[in-house]
Amino acid sequence: MKRFFLLALFAVVLTTVIFADAVYKRDETLYAGGGMWAPPSNWNPITPWNAVTGTVGLIYETLYGYDPLKDELIPWLAESGKWTSKNTFEIKLRKGVTWHDGMPFTSKDVKFTLELAKKIPEISYSYLWNWVAKVDTPDDYTVLFTFSSPRYHEWNYQLYQLPIIPEHIWSKMSKDEILTGANKKAIGTGPYMPETYSDDRMVYLRNDNWWGNKVFGQPKPKRIVYLRVLSNNVALGMIMKGELDISNFFLPGIPTLKKTYSDIHTWFAKEPYMLSDNTAFLFINTTKKPLNDPNLRRAMAYAIDPKIICRTVFEGQVLQSNPVGFLPIKGWMKYHPQDAVKQFGFKYDPKIAKDLLDKAGYKDINKDGYREAPDGSKFKVSIIVPFGWTDWMESIKLIASQLRVVGINAEAKFPDFSKYWEDLTSGNFDMAINNFNSQMSVSPWTMFNWLFNSNFDKYMYNGNFGRYNNPKLFDLITQLNSTPMEDIAANKKIVEQIAEIFLKDMPAIPLWYNGMWFQASTQVWKNWPSEKIPYAYPVTWGGRWQTGGVLMLIGITSK
Amino acid sequence: MKKYLRMKIFVYLLTFVFAVTIDWLIPRLMPGNPILVLVSRFATLPESAKVVYSYLTKAFGLDLPMWKQYINFWIAFFKGDLGISIYLYPKPVLDVLKSALPYSLGVLIPSILASWFVGNTLGAVAARRKRLDSVMLPVMYFITGAPYLWLGILLAYFFGVVLRWFPIAGAYSFALRPHLSWLFISDYLKHWVLPFLSLFIVQLGGWAIGMRNMVIYELEANYVRYLETLGVSRKLIRKYAFRNAILPQVTGLALQLGTVIAGQVTTEVVFSYPGIGYILTQAILNQDYFLIQGCFLFIIIGVLIANFTVDLVYMALDPRIRYSYGGEI
Repeated sequence: MKRFFLLALFAVVLTTVIFADAVYKRDETLYAGGGMWAPPSNWNPITPWNAVTGTVGLIYETLYGYDPLKDELIPWLAESGKWTSKNTFEIKLRKGVTWHDGMPFTSKDVKFTLELAKKIPEISYSYLWNWVAKVDTPDDYTVLFTFSSPRYHEWNYQLYQLPIIPEHIWSKMSKDEILTGANKKAIGTGPYMPETYSDDRMVYLRNDNWWGNKVFGQPKPKRIVYLRVLSNNVALGMIMKGELDISNFFLPGIPTLKKTYSDIHTWFAKEPYMLSDNTAFLFINTTKKPLNDPNLRRAMAYAIDPKIICRTVFEGQVLQSNPVGFLPIKGWMKYHPQDAVKQFGFKYDPKIAKDLLDKAGYKDINKDGYREAPDGSKFKVSIIVPFGWTDWMESIKLIASQLRVVGINAEAKFPDFSKYWEDLTSGNFDMAINNFNSQMSVSPWTMFNWLFNSNFDKYMYNGNFGRYNNPKLFDLITQLNSTPMEDIAANKKIVEQIAEIFLKDMPAIPLWYNGMWFQASTQVWKNWPSEKIPYAYPVTWGGRWQTGGVLMLIGITSK
Repeated sequence: MKKYLRMKIFVYLLTFVFAVTIDWLIPRLMPGNPILVLVSRFATLPESAKVVYSYLTKAFGLDLPMWKQYINFWIAFFKGDLGISIYLYPKPVLDVLKSALPYSLGVLIPSILASWFVGNTLGAVAARRKRLDSVMLPVMYFITGAPYLWLGILLAYFFGVVLRWFPIAGAYSFALRPHLSWLFISDYLKHWVLPFLSLFIVQLGGWAIGMRNMVIYELEANYVRYLETLGVSRKLIRKYAFRNAILPQVTGLALQLGTVIAGQVTTEVVFSYPGIGYILTQAILNQDYFLIQGCFLFIIIGVLIANFTVDLVYMALDPRIRYSYGGEI
């Protein structure tokens, strides 16, 4: 027994010496959080919605990156790209890019990535083949895309969304492996490689042979430890202790804390502290009586005051949306339909709301304090958000009370997320808040395409939850998509028409811009991007690293 | 004796099949659709979402009629296959349990056992000492009544943020790779202390109060009075009272250990400690049929084994049961 004990002690001492490297040096390690909620289980770029954050961006890379601050597509794996005719797009690839296993990256990999989805139609981006005719590779560094019906806006979006995978590995995999594999040994071209993981963390190790070192510079952290933090309190405590370097959590109380803790860094030093990242909409079920009446919907738009919500619920960390939900970013605002907004836009004014309701025949006949529908029937609307989403729960309580002020009987309800989502997608609701695909992008088309998704089905898988059906509007959105993006005047003209219909019919009401939540600690890393040095969009959420996260890793410096 | 065991095993088997069927059925009766929820996380173009939805519904076999799904479930079960988690897609349910359970068990089992021993000892002692009792009872009521979340946050704040004795998140330092060394072990223990302590404290009161009341009740019982009149020594009386009082406590302990697989979601959230509790909660919110099934399957097995063990332990502890099945009474 004694001998065993001695042996064990010896083993422990010995391994301590061997594993000296097992402790990550503080000034070479970046601790990040806010983009991982479940234990890491998936590194498959084919199923990016469930992959660990960083799978796309850190391991796998896209042809382009996108910088929303400057509204620039950044040539990434591509060196340059241009439309050579109305329906061909030519990309020149960078030379000297290698996969993590040392194999060269060539045009064949790009072709393979796209054609895989033709072979396996279950792959999420297979619908690209509805409008892409063929992909040619004249040489190892040139890719020619020929389109049957070019969708310019969508193409620019796909350029920085679609992760390129290595042909020499994926061509040997079975269909099941491709579609359902966890891809634990992910091999990409990116600046980081997966090193290790456990239930509460994902560790990335820097790829010192990254091609981008010469182009953009080397990312500073040798390791990124991405933490799964389960509550806001803990995340806040860790930032204050300097244990979490960057957080993309929504943390209540930041405005107050910033006054006492000077080393909490945010984008703006003062209100609203955060960049705007996506728009929260109040979807209205246009198939239900009396919500199918545009007069009622427009009246509600006048009755709701998002400003109070921004101030009280979000403590000034978010801004009120403009009437068309356009994010205040260059890429969108250049198409902003100011004429339509001027003519048909709305702003909070309960008096106008009451007038509109009176005019449309919504009167309180039975004197119970609430208006009845024009046909005299009583009605009550409920607003839903998922239970536990506390900021939204508070918001809809305020909205319901604002609607009651103008005489619309409204109540707030909080079903569990899965019930909320089923009701929302199957059209079994009155009103609901959602923002799932209104985030910052290269074109406002992505927002319209989501807001007025025209694929009516048993479920509206994403977007147009109120089932607003207007073929003219859908046509305009398709037109927008097939107008070259450089032609700003032509695009704007279409956007004006879309906005007019949108504002007249009001199938969804834009409320506020959810923030690009970003709090950094300056205890170990400094030179974080901010309003004053806006060199990168500070995002570490899944699928978003290529829109700023990687550039931020290059720009920060350790103390 | 044999008859007793045979009877018990039969009842347990029947309970198992019944419980597992309910376990299979209930998640499927909840409103909502797990594949829709999975696809909801897919912030991309609506056209893609539709492709993924129909593929996954088929892949998980959720397009089959219910009775077929039920039969498939039992076939897979006997092959030791619990399916693939929807929430942690594409991780198999068994792997989810394998990676998460050790953290939960590592905190829960020691805290349950320690609080049971300490609580029962304190309770038994307090029952006989008036002065100690009058101090201990209010304290125990206080810690039992204190909301666990509040207690946990208080501990984390005081020892983690103010004194900085212990870390506030993770199972081991985020700067460490797991390996066998004193550094790692001590670091692991440091992270373990607060979750353990919080659970130990909240459970302590219940055991102590229960034991105290039981012992007092037993000391007032007629058989004790009878022994007293016979002039039996206090020590022997206490021994008898204690053996009777411990019985419900043993049942309670077994049930606690049996449900240990459900984890402790509050502990995990407050200390951001990995474990199965949070995953199970998320599985329920995401309607992950397979993961819910898997977790509850082990809970069912755990409770049944615990009860069975209690039945056996009772025979050792309580001669009356032994004799009743031996036909001696």
